[in-house]
Amino acid sequence: MPARRTALAFAAAFLAGVSLAQAQAQAQDRSIVVFSTTSTQDSGLFGHILPMFKAKTGIDVRVVSQGTGQALDTGRRGDADVVFVHAKAQEQKFVADGFGVKRHPVMYNDFVLIGPKGDPAGAKSKDIVAGLKAIKAKGANFISRGDRSGTHSAELNLWRASGIDIAKEKGPWYKEIGQGMGAALNTASASNAYVLADRGTWISFKNRGDLAIVVEGDNRLFNQYGVMLVNPEKHKHVKKDAGQAFVNWLISPEGQAAINAYKINGQQLFFANANAPGA
Amino acid sequence: MRGDVSALQLVLTADPALMEIVRLSLVVSLSAVACAAVIGLPLGALIALTRYPGREASIVVLNALLGLPPVVVGLLVYLLLSRSGPLGTWGILFTPQAMVIAQTILVAPIIAALARQTIEDLWLEYRDELAAMNVGPAGRVATLLWDARFSLLTALLAGFGRAAAEVGAVIVVGGNIDGFTRTMTTAIALETSKGDLPLAIGLGMVLIAIVVVVNALAWGARRAGERLAG
Repeated sequence: MPARRTALAFAAAFLAGVSLAQAQAQAQDRSIVVFSTTSTQDSGLFGHILPMFKAKTGIDVRVVSQGTGQALDTGRRGDADVVFVHAKAQEQKFVADGFGVKRHPVMYNDFVLIGPKGDPAGAKSKDIVAGLKAIKAKGANFISRGDRSGTHSAELNLWRASGIDIAKEKGPWYKEIGQGMGAALNTASASNAYVLADRGTWISFKNRGDLAIVVEGDNRLFNQYGVMLVNPEKHKHVKKDAGQAFVNWLISPEGQAAINAYKINGQQLFFANANAPGA
Repeated sequence: MRGDVSALQLVLTADPALMEIVRLSLVVSLSAVACAAVIGLPLGALIALTRYPGREASIVVLNALLGLPPVVVGLLVYLLLSRSGPLGTWGILFTPQAMVIAQTILVAPIIAALARQTIEDLWLEYRDELAAMNVGPAGRVATLLWDARFSLLTALLAGFGRAAAEVGAVIVVGGNIDGFTRTMTTAIALETSKGDLPLAIGLGMVLIAIVVVVNALAWGARRAGERLAG
């Protein structure tokens, strides 16, 4: 009877689909979801430190990378156990609003202003403010992340420090792409534009084209990372113990040493500073 | 995946990370096609074989859903499954199950729309016969689905193609977690954002090859089935 056979085929197909998906869900208990930024993910830091943490504790860390603003929003909705981001003011607000338990400084790297080797705007110097003013004056192409990420908010702070109200004064030379660090570098590389990047992503970035570092070493380019457990009192299902274990490990001497040991082409990408006062 | 390797090397050495990504891509997309077939085939057949007020409108809507944007479906499923959403207690956001759900929603309209067309064409041939045999609606649906099974394979393959190729939905609900929810398409997006364009293109080639193999297998199965069915 075709009808019965068809029905059986459907049932079998459905069961197969569901059970395949179920098999994927196993071993979910000893795992946490960490929301971090595109800069930590794209630079490869997690690939280096997470296996050490897993070997020590058996906890699987599942990293989703988004811009800082989006990562904090995800934490607010309760979809993350831990957030590991880089925009201190936003992080402090996250904790003050009761969404995070406590903010711990972890490490820093720095931002660099990237631009065409020929430096058409004449932005090359040790002074980021002078560099941005030169770009604005020449109307040289500039790529902005435009995605409320930590790098984007750092960029906006730097324009403000340069006395430029970028929201009002931007022209066609200023392009907000609304994407991650890698995408912004790809866009800058394709259009020979200036872009603010974190040094970690820049060092590990491969499609550089004609781009090079234009400004670096200015104190205002400092980039601090902090980590927070999402508040289990707001969101009951937060994996408090495993999440706290990860936070504690990151700021422990062992975790800090692991961060310092991560190098690409002999260059250290992140500098652990969990114990630096005021970081 | 490691730096400074080509996609070809990863394939030739059967790189475990790449194999896991390929496996997850196939599991998620094939599961979604299976679930979508369970929904879409009977739905398409029902619309083809029944007459009700608003039927024309429902066909237009169904056909329009072929153009459902994956990222919108991803967002809707995300909001549903978020801990702050209505189904938050399930706790399956950022898991392969969430990806299967999103892709099922994307694929079901494709299978339903193509099945509707196929069944309706076949119905013109069968109408008098089935009417004479006094077969009820459920029997008609089953008979026509069974007799059109080889043509309907194309609908399933179209659905699989959509599922295997999309990145917008799985990256939103899966999160592109290394070793857990990373598929071929989200890995390609990641390598692109790292600026490793050769590796991204290489992975794209691997994905295309996988889709070709799945289609070849389906074609072979269809030919074998047709021979058996005489």
